Amino acid sequence: MKSIEVARLTEESELKRFMNGLLERSPAQQTEVMVSEWDSALTRFANNGIHQNVAERDVSVRVRVVKNGKTGVAAINQMTESAAADVLSRAVAIADLQPKGEVVPMPGPAKSRPVDAWSDATASVTPEERADFVEAICAKARRAGLKAFGAYSTGAEQLAIANSLGVFHHLLSTKASVNSVVMGESGSGYADRSAIDVRELDKDDLADEVIDKAQRNQNAQPIEPGVYEVVLEEYAVAEMLEFMSFTGFSALAAQEERSFMRLGERITGESVNIWDDGLDPSGVPTSFDFEGVPKQKVQLITQGVASGLVYDMETAQRAGRQSTGHGLPAPNTEGPFAVNLFMAPGGTPKADLISDIKRGIWVTRFWYVRVVHPKTSIITGMTREGTFLIENGRITRPVKDLRFTQSMLGALDGTLAISRSTKLQISEYLGASRVPAVRLKAFTFTS
Amino acid sequence: MKDLAEAALNAAQVKGASYADVRLDERVQQDVTVKNGQLAAVSDDASEGLGVRVLVDGAWGFAGSARLSTSEVQEVVDRAIRIARASARARSAPVDLGPPVTSRGHYRTPVERDPFTVPLTEKVELLLRADQAMASVKGVTIREGSMEFIKQKKIFASTEGAYTEQELFESGAGIEATATSPDEVQNRSYPNSFGRHQGAGGYEYISALQLDRHGQRIGEEAVKLLSAPQCPSGVKTLILDASQVALQVHESCGHPTELDRVFGMEAAYAGTSFMTPEKLNHLRYGSPKVTITADALTPAGLGTFGWDDEGVPAQRSFLIQDGLFVGYLTSRETASVLGQQSNGTMRADGWNRIPLIRMTNVSLQPGDSTLEQMIAETKDGVYMETNRSWSIDDKRLNFQFGTQLAYEILNGKRGRMLKNATYAGITPEFWNSCDAVAGKSEWQVWGLANCGKGQPPQVAHVAHGAAPTRFQNVKVGILK
Repeated sequence: MKSIEVARLTEESELKRFMNGLLERSPAQQTEVMVSEWDSALTRFANNGIHQNVAERDVSVRVRVVKNGKTGVAAINQMTESAAADVLSRAVAIADLQPKGEVVPMPGPAKSRPVDAWSDATASVTPEERADFVEAICAKARRAGLKAFGAYSTGAEQLAIANSLGVFHHLLSTKASVNSVVMGESGSGYADRSAIDVRELDKDDLADEVIDKAQRNQNAQPIEPGVYEVVLEEYAVAEMLEFMSFTGFSALAAQEERSFMRLGERITGESVNIWDDGLDPSGVPTSFDFEGVPKQKVQLITQGVASGLVYDMETAQRAGRQSTGHGLPAPNTEGPFAVNLFMAPGGTPKADLISDIKRGIWVTRFWYVRVVHPKTSIITGMTREGTFLIENGRITRPVKDLRFTQSMLGALDGTLAISRSTKLQISEYLGASRVPAVRLKAFTFTS
Repeated sequence: MKDLAEAALNAAQVKGASYADVRLDERVQQDVTVKNGQLAAVSDDASEGLGVRVLVDGAWGFAGSARLSTSEVQEVVDRAIRIARASARARSAPVDLGPPVTSRGHYRTPVERDPFTVPLTEKVELLLRADQAMASVKGVTIREGSMEFIKQKKIFASTEGAYTEQELFESGAGIEATATSPDEVQNRSYPNSFGRHQGAGGYEYISALQLDRHGQRIGEEAVKLLSAPQCPSGVKTLILDASQVALQVHESCGHPTELDRVFGMEAAYAGTSFMTPEKLNHLRYGSPKVTITADALTPAGLGTFGWDDEGVPAQRSFLIQDGLFVGYLTSRETASVLGQQSNGTMRADGWNRIPLIRMTNVSLQPGDSTLEQMIAETKDGVYMETNRSWSIDDKRLNFQFGTQLAYEILNGKRGRMLKNATYAGITPEFWNSCDAVAGKSEWQVWGLANCGKGQPPQVAHVAHGAAPTRFQNVKVGILK
């Protein structure tokens, strides 16, 4: 029975033949083909039982043509000869119908460094294995008199990009993720884990963390809003980094004067180092971007100083430099995006981050974060599933979730300590972050 | 296509499903973006596939595939059945769908002008005219305009005998002007923010927006905002424009009345709800001015259709009646837990996703005031327009919204323009402070095409009818 669940992806040779065929028949001066194919499954649980359980197999064939200085993009989710003809003709028709505009250049061939993002074990997880994994978490919660909720997903994907200038890149990848909320009568906890190799997901470790958090987070009492010293766990730090990437690390945001990055100036505390590295195997590695440009490591904040931005082909052309390999699929008006983020660890054991805090707040994670003011990097959001009062170096009681409205740079400017350990957080949508927990001097809670 | 649906249902029954449904979905989408006087992006995406949902041993399984062949259909059914059997190993109570649903028929969105027959040049020229209008204002640094068109053909069939075909159209457009200074980024957009104003309909929906007539105004407002004073902090009377009321309804009434959230089915992701069943028919959610309906029959609403994705007919129901909490958005499975029947809100965002409870057109019913009257009656307040940021907790109680534009109101008159305006509150306190809603002439349906929910994530297109509305004693201006 196991064979049916091994992810079914098209062979690389067949994929290459399909893409080359499409490039050869294109009447345009330049043509790019991107194929993304995935086979994934997700088991969702609530109230200690599975309530949704799904699987899908899909493909996206995206074609960009440049013809007589005009660009057209079309996509289809079939990989047949007739689909190839259809998607190409639609892309060409769009190019033919439009006025001449600025053309985003296509990259020429360049060698990308191979990365290993595949696990056979992840690609062959069965529905029964997913159900048993989930049941193990639910059983532990049940025994503790609590209720477990969450989702456990496994999937395999391949991404290939080719263009008429000779580019061909191909990457196979897998991903396994589990998240869980455990609830008691009057409070809840949260934990998640992600990995390329499903065997790295330890269900007991996850269940122990989330149950412990839920048990400690019962009968939370309100606390007066205000400015507090805080410890942010890795869940919250990763989300903050994603928002920094979204609002500030893109060359387009800087070119359009929307970014908080002031290159060469100190913008955070000196202990803060943040970079993007698609090739680091301790993240979720990928060797090229969605324009077919090999990934480069980009130092974004170095010892607190704004030190770099990420570029795609368009912003690089505008700046007269090379793309750093951070392009998104065409047509893209959002600009480049840093999706392999790292924050450097410090020297403090995570448990010791609170040891010198006289009065502060421990934050497990953020929820519903939104940008309030991009230029000053102010975001708002709520804390969720594990907010605790710290008094005299120890956690004394849970507090009701709080709303924060805080400048990200301002918060990091007061970085007092950084944990020695880091955690991989795979984004729900694109990319991943590897981050430590941090102790910050001042964080503003508004209600 | 019908043959594939029948083959899937037959196979599911033979393999032991007590219930099965199949959705075949074919969708095309065109997006056009103009930026800074240039055509920045045109894309034309097509997607098709089928999804099979089965109940085996009282537990759900679902599988979907883009390959529409007979052999693939068999594999999809096998996969769904196997997944359902695995679910049954760790399920809670068996699923009860309540009475059977046997809808049959065909529905098509009323369309005057099929947007896919409108030449691309006509669309681009309109966006470029709006762009030029924004460019005429000195100080506008980024200009963007976009359109989106969707055509979707859906077939739904179930082992209970339901068989429906639907052809749904959406058209949307919007423009945005941005002005920047060393310390500020200020945006103004029309008709709504975050891309577009979208509705169920054809190109006539775009023509009615008259994008080119609003470019100069929003450009001027964006530039003026750079030097406008900050919105002061304090507790004041708040008047919201209709589009911001629509988002307020979405976040603080639409989501918490989704019955799957109430039952914890979204607890680990989108969250739960403060509107628990013991509060039904007891909770004074808002003032008597507040009546909110869910109505999948509203003309041009993004939540308007013939049947939901369980085959339940489109219908209208009350969520809040004269301030009292009286109803939920339900599915077959969740309604039966309360001894009710589904009010038809289950929608999936494609063939590869299961349907979830989604808002249809959840609307604040018009009142008897006017914006002008509300301002005239206000001594010390703020008027806020067009959403800029939104955030609300996982139970849908504690919220904070920001808007692009605000004006102070002093002694019944609109005063200075204010920037970076925000307001915050707690849902029932906020709606109970509502003391005026504008009437029908200022009531409009606002499309919202970015509602996220579910794991794997789904995006729903929903709508909200709303008019300018006034609230008392609201905390405004968090950002100093």
